[in-house]
Amino acid sequence: MAKNMTINLRIWRQKSPESPGKLVDYTVSNASEHMSFLELLDVLNEQLIASEDDPVEFDSDCREGICGSCGLMVAGIAHGPQQRTAVCQLHMRSFKDGDTITVEPFRARAFPIVRDLVVDRSAFDRIITAHGYVSVKTGSAPDANAIPISKDAAEEAMDFAACIGCGACVAACPNGSASLFTAAKIAHLALLPQGQVEASRRVVAMVDQMEAEGFGDCSNYAECEAVCPKGISVSGIASMRRAYMKGAFSK
Amino acid sequence: MSRPDVTLLSALMSPVGRKVLTGVTGIGLVAFVIVHMIGNLSYLSPDPQAYNAYAHKLMSWGWLLYTMEIGLALCFLLHAIVGVSIQVRRRKARPVGYKAYKSAGSPSRSGYSARSMILTGIILLGFLILHLNSFKFGPGEAEGYTAILQSGEEVRDLRRLMTEKFREPLYAFGYPVVMVLLGMHMRHGVWSALQSLGMMSRRLSPYVYAFAAVLGALVAIGFLVVPLYIYFSA
Ligand code: HEM
Ligand code: SF4
Ligand code: FES
Repeated sequence: MAKNMTINLRIWRQKSPESPGKLVDYTVSNASEHMSFLELLDVLNEQLIASEDDPVEFDSDCREGICGSCGLMVAGIAHGPQQRTAVCQLHMRSFKDGDTITVEPFRARAFPIVRDLVVDRSAFDRIITAHGYVSVKTGSAPDANAIPISKDAAEEAMDFAACIGCGACVAACPNGSASLFTAAKIAHLALLPQGQVEASRRVVAMVDQMEAEGFGDCSNYAECEAVCPKGISVSGIASMRRAYMKGAFSK
Repeated sequence: MSRPDVTLLSALMSPVGRKVLTGVTGIGLVAFVIVHMIGNLSYLSPDPQAYNAYAHKLMSWGWLLYTMEIGLALCFLLHAIVGVSIQVRRRKARPVGYKAYKSAGSPSRSGYSARSMILTGIILLGFLILHLNSFKFGPGEAEGYTAILQSGEEVRDLRRLMTEKFREPLYAFGYPVVMVLLGMHMRHGVWSALQSLGMMSRRLSPYVYAFAAVLGALVAIGFLVVPLYIYFSA
């Protein structure tokens, strides 16, 4: 039988982008260890709605760790204490009955707060728009296996392609750097022949955009890799730097 | 669509370029401290003039030495400017901090050494100024600090200067403390610089990170044995 848990929450409440926010204390006394952390917030919101308070705003969509919508600082860690999972896949069994858990939004100048725990991550979209893609002619599908790719390259490219764009890397970085997110895309495409055609313009345009959005510098703390739900390796950041040094001075 | 324009300057000022600058200058400084540390160990040689002979040999390089000194000064300057600017940008990138924040643990490399780079760096800069003032620009032959080598040459008696300084507790114990901080700076720095220069892969990285700890410890120990030896052998 599922154990019943009482969980104390300290949640960041902020009405609008400009208004000052503050941590507010709540208690959920009918939590179950099988709930996900977002389900706990759902239960809290039912309580708040019943007492005619404003529910806590937070983002989520798939709730199975693949879409990248969710993202919270839980107990001081992006996506919470369990590594390699998004917060929608974090379960209450990671906590103890009676725990007090602080919940804050992902914080960065480039991720302005919309309301409560919801932040605007469209800076990531603009980095991808800058050149996080390959230009191909649409039309009939190319023949399978027309472009040979080694197994190792394909596997590694897939590892980098696993990024879901959640923004935890920025949130956890002591410097607020978006290097892991940007590098994941660059490293993914750099490993594939389709990506090499536009390699130099891609890396320069994406790095320029990352800078323009106001993200911080990378000090190689590797905190990003530790919180990334997909375990994207900081070796991608080394790969981005190689690509930049090569790309900046070739056509 | 073509590549956005890049000049050498704009490339060096980009987020990647800034790291290339801290990395290259950091590696230059690491090379310097290793050579300096090994040179210092000649104080412990059974030949009492080994240290003065080594220092004199360096001085006899003339313009080659001056060129190296200018290069080194530039490394220190650029390294400190870019390092501090990274810390300034960090505040801008997250104007409102977290009420609760902690590291998620390995594979994070954000330990004490990494988080204190700016602090250990600034202490090293302050130390450097005091250190140059005590030794490089300290008393020389004009003030009577003269030694005679086996070859009969009269040279600056740096050995005497060192012996005198490190008989004072402030120097004998202050220096080792700073050298431990230098070791910490290298513990994160050596790995970080190679990562900044794009040389790290998933496979290589753990080995280099472990090597950085060993190198940082060796350099700190290599430096701090001489002051402690001088103080306790008095
Ligand atoms: C002049 C005094 C110094 C200051 C102010 C300073 C400051 C810094 C700072 C703030 C960083 C971190 C940069 C970042 O966050 O990305 C750093 C990195 C580094 N420092 Fe220093 N440092 C100094 C002296 C030294 C010395 C003497 C050495 C040689 C042992 C050294 C070696 C390194 C290395 C190898 C790195 C890593 C570079 C990178 O991450 O790319 N530093 N330094
Ligand atoms: S690199 Fe990882 S932490 Fe960063 S956005 Fe992608 S999935 Fe999220
Ligand atoms: S809600 Fe889709 S990843 Fe968490």
